[in-house]
Amino acid sequence: MRIQNHPILKFEKGRRVIFTFNGAEVEGCEGEPIAAALHAAGIRVLSHSRNYKRPRGFWCAIGNCSSCNMRVNGVPNVRACVEPLLDGMIVETQQGEGAVGSGIDG
Amino acid sequence: MDKTEILIIGSGPAGLKASLSAAGQGAEVTLVERDPFLGGQLVKQTHMFFGSKEHYASERGYKIAENLSREVKEHPGIRVLCDTTALGYYEDGIVSLESGGRFTVIKPQALIIATGAQENTLMFPNCDLPGIYGAGAVQTLMNVHGILPGKRVAMIGAGNIGVIVSYQLLQAGVEVPAIIEAQPRIGAYHVHASRVRRMGIPIYTSHTVLTAHGRESLEKVTISQIGPDWQPVAGTEKELAVDVLCISVGLTPLTELLFQAGCSMAYIPELGGHISVRSDTLETTVPNIFVCGDVGGIEEASSAMVEGSIAGLSAALNLGFGVDSYAGKLAAARRELDDLRRGPVGEKIRSGLERLSSFREVAQ
Amino acid sequence: MLEKAGVPSGQQVAAVKPSKERLARGPVAIVECFQKIPCDPCYTACKRGGFLPFEDINDLPRMDFEKCNGCGICIGACPGLAIFIVDETYSEDEALVMIPWEFLPVPAEGSTVQGLNREGEAISEVKVKKVRSAGKNNNTYILTLIVPKEFAHDIRSIDN
Repeated sequence: MRIQNHPILKFEKGRRVIFTFNGAEVEGCEGEPIAAALHAAGIRVLSHSRNYKRPRGFWCAIGNCSSCNMRVNGVPNVRACVEPLLDGMIVETQQGEGAVGSGIDG
Repeated sequence: MDKTEILIIGSGPAGLKASLSAAGQGAEVTLVERDPFLGGQLVKQTHMFFGSKEHYASERGYKIAENLSREVKEHPGIRVLCDTTALGYYEDGIVSLESGGRFTVIKPQALIIATGAQENTLMFPNCDLPGIYGAGAVQTLMNVHGILPGKRVAMIGAGNIGVIVSYQLLQAGVEVPAIIEAQPRIGAYHVHASRVRRMGIPIYTSHTVLTAHGRESLEKVTISQIGPDWQPVAGTEKELAVDVLCISVGLTPLTELLFQAGCSMAYIPELGGHISVRSDTLETTVPNIFVCGDVGGIEEASSAMVEGSIAGLSAALNLGFGVDSYAGKLAAARRELDDLRRGPVGEKIRSGLERLSSFREVAQ
Repeated sequence: MLEKAGVPSGQQVAAVKPSKERLARGPVAIVECFQKIPCDPCYTACKRGGFLPFEDINDLPRMDFEKCNGCGICIGACPGLAIFIVDETYSEDEALVMIPWEFLPVPAEGSTVQGLNREGEAISEVKVKKVRSAGKNNNTYILTLIVPKEFAHDIRSIDN
């Protein structure tokens, strides 16, 4: 959910864009972090842990902790909490650690 | 290879002030920031700052960030590199940078490290469930991106960050059923505690979270009182239905670059963990490498700004800039820092710094 | 109480209360700042000398109630939102209380809302007399509430 009115702040958001999350179309604002757009759409599970496949969301939201690593346009380990959203992005939950080169070639 | 007189890494309150003070002495400054914008964590601070006029008292943090960022961008002596991450420090004094997938190197004559800190985690069953977030993370989501973290949010930690983020959650229209603090006392400034309390948020001191519940993401938490032995008191368990749990249990300095550079480090719990040993002018044990702000010890943004000024002035002096004005400006900044630290709320910082200073002789 | 739950004790509140005589003479600021923190904008905001100079920025604010006319400029300057104005002379059985407010909705003038005490409990209905901004560059509002006189020193927030 997005904040409509705030007593202190005004939010200048980018234009509305469509991207896909695990194949489903989701709407977000251009330039906001991918994880923020997903959260606004009610999506909180961003990845699964390496050994026990436990669901993981973001933790720090400022690019420090790697809890939110996702596959974006086929590239694994993208920090979804700081990567700006672009129109048409293909965003997927990552299973475990993304191997280098695993997605780049498709 | 790219060169600069003074390289400043991080553009939070400390880095912004360091840039302005170093450039103000005539040095040529390059400021590196991994975010697309300047200001660091100041940009999400919607509350008014404490301190005095010199520390922008009564101004809101994000406004201070706006004003200082503008000043920095307009300063002809400061080159700003946003979207740029400092990756490493090498033996020959070279810093490697990454921007948009491209790697470059830069060689500064002096380096000011103002990388800030990261939020601490807390271990309890299911603490990894989505919906359990750092308090600062929720602040970013809410105050920078305008997105509500959830409908009902409980807070762990009644320090300044925990209490002020709870207040900001209320401002955004989120329900906050409880602030839970393990210590028997509230760590936040009492005026912060009183303002959330009179809005109806209870603060449970001597309480902790026992476990979180939920399948795919957080649905509820069990909290309980803890006794003087720090163990949960049986029979005091309470369940809170919340979709978000914020964790605000302190910060740890982001010291990777200091370790890489070979600066002598000391473990000072009062200051948040490993801290670089440094002189009164914030120079580390590696000549021409300075620290300021939270990376040099967890404190308030007001003191980070003053430390930034001291580091900027002193780095510039090392390169021969501002020799005549240095003593006066340094003395003024030192007075400000002493003011901010002298009171009872500065006690922890003072004892941490005293302990740190005992490592100086060892390092020499 | 304050350091355990965020609620000042009756003793603490009594210690910062102006005298009966001063309260009988009209609006006056009450500063509910009980902890030494490095902060002094209340002193610099008041142009009437209502706050005594700080010897140390960590001092608690001290007031000269004779110089304070209850204008409320200090309310919006206090980063702790800890200053309130009480005017016991408003009417026979009502007092005015001015509080800082940083939430939405901002209540409408003339509306009736629940008055909350320092623990956030609703203790009485209050009427919103006036809503004003604390300043051009300040997003804090200052609400003037009409409250039953017996609650003038208890109501410190509203639930609207």
